[in-house]
Amino acid sequence: MNEKIILNYNVDSDDFTRAGEASGNVKRNLKLMGVDPDIVRRVAISLYEGEINMVIHSNGGAIEVIISPTEIEMILKDEGPGIEDTELAMQAGYSTAPDNIRSLGFGAGMGLPNMKKNSDELKIESKVGVGTTVTMKVFIS
Amino acid sequence: MGEFFTSVYLKDERCMGCINCIKRCPTQAIRVRDGKAFIIKEFCIDCGECIRICPHHAKEATYDSPKIMEQFEYNVALPAPSLYGQFNNLDDVNIVLTAFKRMGFDDVYEVSSAAEIVSELTRKYVAENKDKWPIISTACPTVVRLIQIRFPNLIEHLLPIYAPVDLAAINARKKAMSKTGLSSDKIGIIFISPCPAKVTAVKSPIGTPKSDIDGVLAMKEIYTILLPHMKESMNNVEDICRSGRIGIGWGSSGGEAGALLMENYLAADGIENVIRVLDDLEDQKLEQLEFIELNACSGGCVGGVLTVENPYAAKVKLKRLRKYLPVAGTHFNDNEDNDTFWTEDVPYEPVFKIGNNMHDSIKKMARVEELCEKFPDLDCGSCGAPSCKALAEDIVRGVAKEEDCIHILKDYIHRLSGELSRLDGKR
Repeated sequence: MNEKIILNYNVDSDDFTRAGEASGNVKRNLKLMGVDPDIVRRVAISLYEGEINMVIHSNGGAIEVIISPTEIEMILKDEGPGIEDTELAMQAGYSTAPDNIRSLGFGAGMGLPNMKKNSDELKIESKVGVGTTVTMKVFIS
Repeated sequence: MGEFFTSVYLKDERCMGCINCIKRCPTQAIRVRDGKAFIIKEFCIDCGECIRICPHHAKEATYDSPKIMEQFEYNVALPAPSLYGQFNNLDDVNIVLTAFKRMGFDDVYEVSSAAEIVSELTRKYVAENKDKWPIISTACPTVVRLIQIRFPNLIEHLLPIYAPVDLAAINARKKAMSKTGLSSDKIGIIFISPCPAKVTAVKSPIGTPKSDIDGVLAMKEIYTILLPHMKESMNNVEDICRSGRIGIGWGSSGGEAGALLMENYLAADGIENVIRVLDDLEDQKLEQLEFIELNACSGGCVGGVLTVENPYAAKVKLKRLRKYLPVAGTHFNDNEDNDTFWTEDVPYEPVFKIGNNMHDSIKKMARVEELCEKFPDLDCGSCGAPSCKALAEDIVRGVAKEEDCIHILKDYIHRLSGELSRLDGKR
């Protein structure tokens, strides 16, 4: 079956006023489609964390969300510094966010852990100096 | 709940079919069809924004006439605390309360007095239910309805305690029955309301099977009736007031949360701000809060569409009035009734859903996206829907058509006239 909806968004770096636009839009669409509230919540949280990461760490990128009857796949692809040590980045509390970002209340080192917690599958492909692609899946049971 | 009830309605003859209300409605519940505004009842949360914005005063709220008192042998007035902020130079709440008796009510039960009981209960509930933090206040029926149809994940955070007005109604009825010996149906419990949402809450209550309120009068209507009686009652003021700073504080934004005597709370007012807070809350962007007070109207209840005074001026007046009052006048022990908690679950009502199942939804969403590509993305409102996306959704729901978009229609006519002149040339 190839029924699916694909939603695309661009993410600019350092633009906090627009962070959350993609996750907010996806959330609205999923509710419109009658997706189970708990799944909507998990998608919205994972996607927002990912979006914030792109705003803070990357030089911008794109988000693709693919909604099918069985799963919601989120592909967040950015250009930027990449992640040096993925395992370390996955640890709760570890953050490389600069002070100015922390003063905004971000950079607690919970981004990736929260994404892992709220998604059913999380894959990170990163190349230092090139960029990072995060793929997350939330299954619709 | 079967039929959807909303208290906001359209005065057909006044409606010009302009797009002011469709643009302002926070739940996109209004369409202009056949030149008149039409409210999609299941989407409406009774916030009153359309009443505020309509330049032709074509939107009105349903409420009762004071004549309703004639139906009962014994009437009790339930003034909302926001009422006290409507008058100039008022320095004693008792003047207002005495005036109610002079205008024909047999007794008065202040909603602010019941609010103090609710505050005490809330303090206890918040302390005992850490797993449900932040607890969201449920005094504003518009907020509760909004959460019920749009924020299913937040339903479990709702404070399951009666709103002050509902508790006031229960207590007032009990008091009246024991005082007069009359049966319940002979007693009229009449709420003096700042907003239309309370009218809806009486007709289709959330969390309880039925409301104890028999009638709802609009503050703006009672205001003029009350004024002359207030002047007279000034010389002979009865001591009726049983509420203090806490109860009267509920009349404006921050009052309810302030009464919890804690620091970790947030109080937001104005429907757009409320929606932003709920969105952030749903995405877990608001952490470490114990309580969230939300009021659909700017300024809180003093900003209701059935009030007279500028909400911020009313807020100042309430503040002055509260200054010399005791902290609270009523306590939980004064509550003779134990019915203070909701007895019914609040189910999620996905009224906006476009498909019957995931397959159907995907098909319909694909069509919505496809239509959005076609539309000019101007959100001009000329089609009668508030945005191009809303029109696309309406088309998919089968209640609108592509040619409702004047830009599509223009292209269509353009093409058609080209075709016609081509045919004409062939002749």
